[in-house]
Amino acid sequence: MKKLLASLAAVAALSLVAACGSSGGGSSSSSGGANATIQVGSVYEPQNLDNTAGGGQGVTEALNGNVYEGLFKLTDDGKVEPLLAKDQKVSEDGLTYTFTLQPNVKFHSGKALTSADVKASIERVTAENSKSARKSNLEVVKSIATPDDSTVVVTLSKRSISFVYNLSYVWVVNSSASDYTTKADGTGPYKLGEWKRGSTLTLTKFDGYWGTPAKNASVVFHYYTDATALNNALLTNAVDVVTSEQSPDALAQFKGNSSYKVNDGKSTTKLLLAFNDKVAPFTKVEVRQALTQAIDKKKLLTSIWGEYGTVIGSMVPPTDPWYEDLTSINAYDVNAAKAKLAAAGFPNGFTFTLDTPNYDPHPTAATFIKSELAKVGVTVNINTITADQWYTKVYQKHDFQATMQEHVNDRDVVWYGDPTFYWGYDNKQVTQWIDQAEQAKTTDEQTALLKQANKQIATDAASDWLYLYPQIVVASSKLSGYPVNGLNAQFYAYDIVKS
Amino acid sequence: MTRYLVRRTAILIGSLFLAAVALFVLLRLLPGDPANALLPVGATPEQIEVARRELGTNEPLLTQFVTWLGDLFSGDLGTSLISTFPVGPEIAARLPVTVPLTLAAFVLAVVVAVPVGTLAAVRADRWYGVVLNAVAQFGIAVPAFWVGLLLVTVFALRLQVLPAGGFPPDGWASFGAAAESLVLPVVTVALVMSASLIRYVRAAVLEVRGADYLRTARSLGSSPARALWRHGLRNAAVPVIAVLAMELATTFLGAVVVESVFALPGLGGLLVKGISEHDFPVIQGVMLVSTATVLLVGFLGDVAQRLVDPRLLHRSAS
Repeated sequence: MKKLLASLAAVAALSLVAACGSSGGGSSSSSGGANATIQVGSVYEPQNLDNTAGGGQGVTEALNGNVYEGLFKLTDDGKVEPLLAKDQKVSEDGLTYTFTLQPNVKFHSGKALTSADVKASIERVTAENSKSARKSNLEVVKSIATPDDSTVVVTLSKRSISFVYNLSYVWVVNSSASDYTTKADGTGPYKLGEWKRGSTLTLTKFDGYWGTPAKNASVVFHYYTDATALNNALLTNAVDVVTSEQSPDALAQFKGNSSYKVNDGKSTTKLLLAFNDKVAPFTKVEVRQALTQAIDKKKLLTSIWGEYGTVIGSMVPPTDPWYEDLTSINAYDVNAAKAKLAAAGFPNGFTFTLDTPNYDPHPTAATFIKSELAKVGVTVNINTITADQWYTKVYQKHDFQATMQEHVNDRDVVWYGDPTFYWGYDNKQVTQWIDQAEQAKTTDEQTALLKQANKQIATDAASDWLYLYPQIVVASSKLSGYPVNGLNAQFYAYDIVKS
Repeated sequence: MTRYLVRRTAILIGSLFLAAVALFVLLRLLPGDPANALLPVGATPEQIEVARRELGTNEPLLTQFVTWLGDLFSGDLGTSLISTFPVGPEIAARLPVTVPLTLAAFVLAVVVAVPVGTLAAVRADRWYGVVLNAVAQFGIAVPAFWVGLLLVTVFALRLQVLPAGGFPPDGWASFGAAAESLVLPVVTVALVMSASLIRYVRAAVLEVRGADYLRTARSLGSSPARALWRHGLRNAAVPVIAVLAMELATTFLGAVVVESVFALPGLGGLLVKGISEHDFPVIQGVMLVSTATVLLVGFLGDVAQRLVDPRLLHRSAS
């Protein structure tokens, strides 16, 4: 019994020490301005720190633009701007790009940036074992020359108007570094502090930064696997900002509260009902159009996200230069849907299987689709699958009738130009437009062609674009200067000010 | 005792090996390929093939197993397929959260359960004995994560006296903050654990109370309390040790579950992440360490029982 009492005393002592140890709840640093530490809450922890080795969107969020920089950067509103490239010249035939690097750029290790680093960085993305999503886009690179330390000359095998945009995904790394997965030696306004896996990743201001220095002293990313825990952290001031709210349920507690600001930004994530256009009955355009017209997307969006999110009527999100509101094409009209089904030879409807990923919002949306389509006589069998099964069954084997998926990238309408992509949309005219757009001489020409392609896929109901996710950043009202659109999950932290 | 120890150790090693085999086989029965978790939508078939080759998931199962087992014997738990980090150090880095959480919760559970369970037994016929028993019954039915959420709502969100979750970036170097962040998780696990423990203690004490030797002790003039203290508790200790060993193992598993509610960077978080990404080496590593812990605690429990009650040695030897 004595031992038990001793243990009890020990526990009590521990709690007491704990209670006195630090201020309860909030751990936010109290100092504001340039000395402030910005506490960022996120659900996207990096897998590792290498964006060519499967680092995931977490590594983009934490390091892109903060620790690593590219020759170009994608701004929060979707524009491509020069960053490490001070100047660029494109040859008449559009095949040779000559970039002049910013002078006096240093890596965090102190090494000066040279053209050799840029060359090695591009080659890391196109390497055989690269896991970068931009690998296939950059395969147009034929050769890279480095005539002097500050000049990079890239020769392409064919014109690629997106080349500069694609370069904004290429991090310029120190080519003599040996470890890219746990360390980071970039040229950005922050250097990597400590990464406590499963918990936090710290960035500290880099004093030798070549450009405009960061407006805060450091940034700590706190990682959560549980959305409730993340929101609780914001409520208790353990974090100052949440990079991306995953559901609208939690927003009520922040909305009416003047201590917080709820930002309704534009994401690039589209929720798709993707038909397998190569499998009957979805080979028929009328069937796809009918199903598109039978589903009330506004109602679906409201039921999932309340007042947030947008219905866009196609694949192109508003931050892409070729965005147009196409919601009027194949708009919601149950009678028209019934007529089209009858015309296509299905007056009594038909039955199909919808492969539905087992995580939110897919199951909810699938149930909604099922009830909407029942009104036009179409029966939906919901087949729930894991993310992994989706990748194997749907993405690789194309073994499905219809599926649902969220497509997160910007400028990804170009997949409709690839007839081998999983949804099997094959319209020669669209493929041609998209190819031509890539070969275009000016961005105006590219934009015009992609607008045409986008309109055509909407008319053909290549897929049914259910809605565009909102991008909701919730922050303490003491914070300003944070990005609200979070394109491709990037989160530039250098302009954030805490008052 | 030596003979017993040798035999029991052999059983321990055998069970560990069987557990390792079962783990490996069961995980490989799951559908899916870890290469998928590594690649973005838009990956080319060539990229997928290269990834599979790199991860070794295109090798025959037996080859994968032999490689893994060989590494295991040399103390190497393998390398994460997704993060590319070695699993051993990754697990070791999580222990400073999970181990203190487990031990503190266990101690707290015992501290609460032994007196309360004894009281519930001794006063089984009084109203508070009945109430205690009912509360314990209720506690068993409540899931740990729910208790955790409730405690967070009250102590972190309403009263704001404790953090809602997380662990200081510099760990136990900020001792106060680290201990503070473990208070609610410890209480959560302890509350749920003590509920079932109370019922064990109560049953054990009730059984002993009805035993003949206690009646004899009483008839020889011992007071009820003295009889229970001198003769009863030692006898009740034997089944309680077995239960404690089991409970310590359960506490460990409970800690692993509760970690994600409190965003603690412990083994639980590592396991959940590993599972969602099909990261076999990570899942195997965490599960193996957990299984080994449970088996080892069981082993120690068995040995402790025989120290308290040497009669068991002869019984098992015959």
